[in-house]
Amino acid sequence: MNNITKNYMDIRYMDIMASGDSLLHRLDPRAKLITTLLFIVAVISFDRYTILAFIPFFIYPIVLISAGGLPAGYLLKKILWVSPFAVLVGIFNPVMDREIIYHIGSIGISGGWISFFSILMRFLLTVSAALILIALTGFNAVCQALTRLGVPRPFVVQLLFFYRYIFVLVDEAERMEMARSLRSFNSRSMDFRTFISIIGHLLLRSLDRAERIYLAMRSRGFDGNIRMIKTIKLGWKDLTFVAGWAILFIVFRMNNIPMRLGDIVMEVF
Amino acid sequence: MHMADALISPAIGTTMCVVSAGLIAYSCKKVRETADDRKIPLMGVLGAFIFAAQMINFSIPATGSSGHLGGGMILSILLGPYAAFLVMASVLVVQALFFGDGGLLALGCNIFNLGFFPCFIVYPLIYKKVVGNEPAKGKIITGSLIAAIVGLQLGAFMVVLETLFSGISELPFGVFVLLMQPIHLAIGVVEGIVTAAVVIFVWNARPEILNAATHSKQIGQISITKVLLGLIIAVVILGGALSWFASTNPDGLEWAMFKTAGVEELESEGWIHESLSALQKKMAFLPDYGFKQNEPRAEPEASSELSWPAIEPGTSVSGIVGGGLTLFVILLIGFFLRRRKVA
Repeated sequence: MNNITKNYMDIRYMDIMASGDSLLHRLDPRAKLITTLLFIVAVISFDRYTILAFIPFFIYPIVLISAGGLPAGYLLKKILWVSPFAVLVGIFNPVMDREIIYHIGSIGISGGWISFFSILMRFLLTVSAALILIALTGFNAVCQALTRLGVPRPFVVQLLFFYRYIFVLVDEAERMEMARSLRSFNSRSMDFRTFISIIGHLLLRSLDRAERIYLAMRSRGFDGNIRMIKTIKLGWKDLTFVAGWAILFIVFRMNNIPMRLGDIVMEVF
Repeated sequence: MHMADALISPAIGTTMCVVSAGLIAYSCKKVRETADDRKIPLMGVLGAFIFAAQMINFSIPATGSSGHLGGGMILSILLGPYAAFLVMASVLVVQALFFGDGGLLALGCNIFNLGFFPCFIVYPLIYKKVVGNEPAKGKIITGSLIAAIVGLQLGAFMVVLETLFSGISELPFGVFVLLMQPIHLAIGVVEGIVTAAVVIFVWNARPEILNAATHSKQIGQISITKVLLGLIIAVVILGGALSWFASTNPDGLEWAMFKTAGVEELESEGWIHESLSALQKKMAFLPDYGFKQNEPRAEPEASSELSWPAIEPGTSVSGIVGGGLTLFVILLIGFFLRRRKVA
């Protein structure tokens, strides 16, 4: 499968996940968006040597993935796929910070390794939260939430157009790429001239398409707004969802729970 | 060069989010004022075009690597800076949500790094100046090349600054700059050449598209002073937003000073002056913050209750035991939720 198709399938698949039906899927998108942001802020507000205190936070992605019936392995694979930048920047920490700050038995661990693993855990938590948001909510509902939260309308409307036409234009790009590949004996690499010609034609077709879309919508009464049939309303379930998680995040943020638990266990034995 | 949530501090993340949100609001206002609603479907479709085009790669001769279309520059040339900025922001939103590229809080950083510089700095100040109102092949190539290189250099430098001030990575400033700038010089050259080639292609095939874009009223009138003024206002509003994080900062004094500056600003009449001084304070304050973050062990009391409580074998064992236990409990909860789901 080539690159274009893979990315496209990804979006499709996330969209299908979002059309699922669970208690979590039915929550108000605003509630999920706000909870996700609270989660991310709580996680990244820890200092750089935090590892242990992050562990309780895994309850959020794990509960949402389990209760929402999301494919955990697929999401994990997606997270690993985008990790290179964080890993590349983080891997310098063990090189720069060699001071031993921690001992397990006789093995010393430098601050750099701890902060590197801290970055990896931050990454895992924050990226999974973002992916879970879209997998449980769907793009259109997120846009609806954005409008209701006061994001200016032109931005949201073109965001909806954008999302709608990704599917169309990616299909188009894929057909062009396949045609090129077949005409050049399945050669993988593309020379510059061909590349520009494909991109240029894709651009011209997109411009024409935008004009046709505009005229078609205009004749159907488009006035610059997109209206949704599904209305959203904040109910007690949504408020409980936000408040419950918020309290949990604050508790996890203020207390190092694994450490306390460990102390208690060690005292017993 | 997408910034990730894992590498930024809440202060930097919120600052950049507020700045980018301000720029989005301002651009929306501009688009609504100047453009007909024809532009909104066009923006969406061109965003999808950028997305689809980025999936097509060409092989760069003799390097074994591949290049693709950037985005910010070509959008600015076709749509004008305000609409282009909104489209660029949308592309980044979709990348963050669907691919986890970057992160939600880091979106502010990414929109600024990849949208602000090409649309509001490089396009009006370099590309427009070089190409002028009468495009020609040579001018388009020179303009695109310089603009793409400068835009990416500025963006890459912002990534370095944001990472540095966040204090999560320990990469020293010099090393990080030496890593980022040359890489993005190469990327910039490729993006510049591709942008120029696509613009020339469109110009040869359908010159009226470029002419319409060049002569539309909206594009000539970008006012940098207004944009900068908006940025300054955003930074002042941050006074309030940042003070929210005061509890995570070891030194309350600077936070208090900053907060006071924010309060004074509301009561004062000469608010431009005040906001400038608040900006100055912020500038003076951020490096300090980054510096402190770089040496957390110099002030052990600052983070003792939250991070790594003590350095002795006894606690380390209980830490591992407790961590394992917590993880086990969480996995158990997940397992039962899933079981119930299947049953």
